[in-house]
Amino acid sequence: MPKIKMPRSSPSLDMTPMVDLAFLLVTFFMLTASFRQVEPVVIEAPSSIAEDLLPENVVQVTIDKDGRAFFGMSGFEVRKNTLRQIAEEFSLKLDEDHYQKFAGMNMFGVDTRQLPQYLMLSESERENLGTKGIPYDSTNNQLKTWIDLGRREAAKEYQRLKEEAKERNRPFKDDGLRYAIKADGKAPYDKVKAVIQIFKDLNIYRFNMITNVEEEPKI
Amino acid sequence: MAELNAGGGAGHGKHEKKRAKKLSTRVDMTPLVDLAFLLLTFFVLTATFNKPKVMDLNFPYDKEDANDVKSEVRNGITLIASGNDKLYYYSGGLDKDPKLTEISYKADGLRKLLLERNAEVVSQIKALGEKAQKTKMADTTFKREVVKIQSFPDALVVLIKNDDKAVYKNIIDIVDELNITKVGRFVVVDELDPKEKLMLEQIKTNP
Repeated sequence: MPKIKMPRSSPSLDMTPMVDLAFLLVTFFMLTASFRQVEPVVIEAPSSIAEDLLPENVVQVTIDKDGRAFFGMSGFEVRKNTLRQIAEEFSLKLDEDHYQKFAGMNMFGVDTRQLPQYLMLSESERENLGTKGIPYDSTNNQLKTWIDLGRREAAKEYQRLKEEAKERNRPFKDDGLRYAIKADGKAPYDKVKAVIQIFKDLNIYRFNMITNVEEEPKI
Repeated sequence: MAELNAGGGAGHGKHEKKRAKKLSTRVDMTPLVDLAFLLLTFFVLTATFNKPKVMDLNFPYDKEDANDVKSEVRNGITLIASGNDKLYYYSGGLDKDPKLTEISYKADGLRKLLLERNAEVVSQIKALGEKAQKTKMADTTFKREVVKIQSFPDALVVLIKNDDKAVYKNIIDIVDELNITKVGRFVVVDELDPKEKLMLEQIKTNP
């Protein structure tokens, strides 16, 4: 029996196209990735079969398992303008540095009067600072003020963008402001109810509850 | 300098040209590939799990709204979530002295009950789904048809209540089950009726 001769070829192969592709993908993911910011609390949201994505333009209230409330909203400029209104409302003395810091923060949960000091802390100092969340009881309902002023500023920005798009004859992506609630599964429901009541008082009845994904069972 | 000397030392002939050693232009790319794929994996993993998913939830405009639903209910269930992951339900209106029963959040509890009571809607939506696949129905049309089926008069209506001891997860679990079993009409009601409170106490002391 003659032996089958294997063709002699080098075991090393040309990896250039592979590297090209890999780096292309790396570049793509790097550019599209938006890094998650440090959140002041860890929230373990309950899971649901919902598959809708969180809209771009939101006011978000986060409730942790002890019932503390945190406020956040999207948009760099909107956050700045909201803080301006808040500073007026609570007569806070803020400078440009405060505004910059606040605009870069996606969520916070301190008493509004402590906000100026809080903004000047470093990230690790903030983490160590045990916060009580934004007060939202009936005697001191700061959360309501935040939501109300926040949505006004968001509405102004929305209008501005719409007009700008019209002027330049560009298409305008028409997604209005949505209200998201992210609560820990263990948060007492009466706390969540209190937050929802605040929204209801502001004539907001539709919410996006942020949940983890779970597979839809066959029925 | 050492290299030059070494080249000269090896020659024998007169017409010896100084040749540069032929170096392969190939570079070993394995480490490069390793690194690239490591980065790729990292970015893929962080990118896809970033965007949160949301569940739509509507609340009634005011208390009267919830009462409206109550008065017209033909096929209704009231679920009452309580502490320690306990869930109770009764069918029909309160005026008919319904019996409160405990039920579990698991698939053989709540889901089974809802599927039984909402069987008509579930089968119609299933049929619609098959039809949609055959005729390549548009997504929006499909959704509209589903809503139409869900709001027909005999479809199941669910009231979700709680006794202030429930946690957020309980409510989300219930709404999720309702979505799974295609119940379109449900309301989250804040207040418990005094009669319901009484029934709840009774069942807790004497299960």
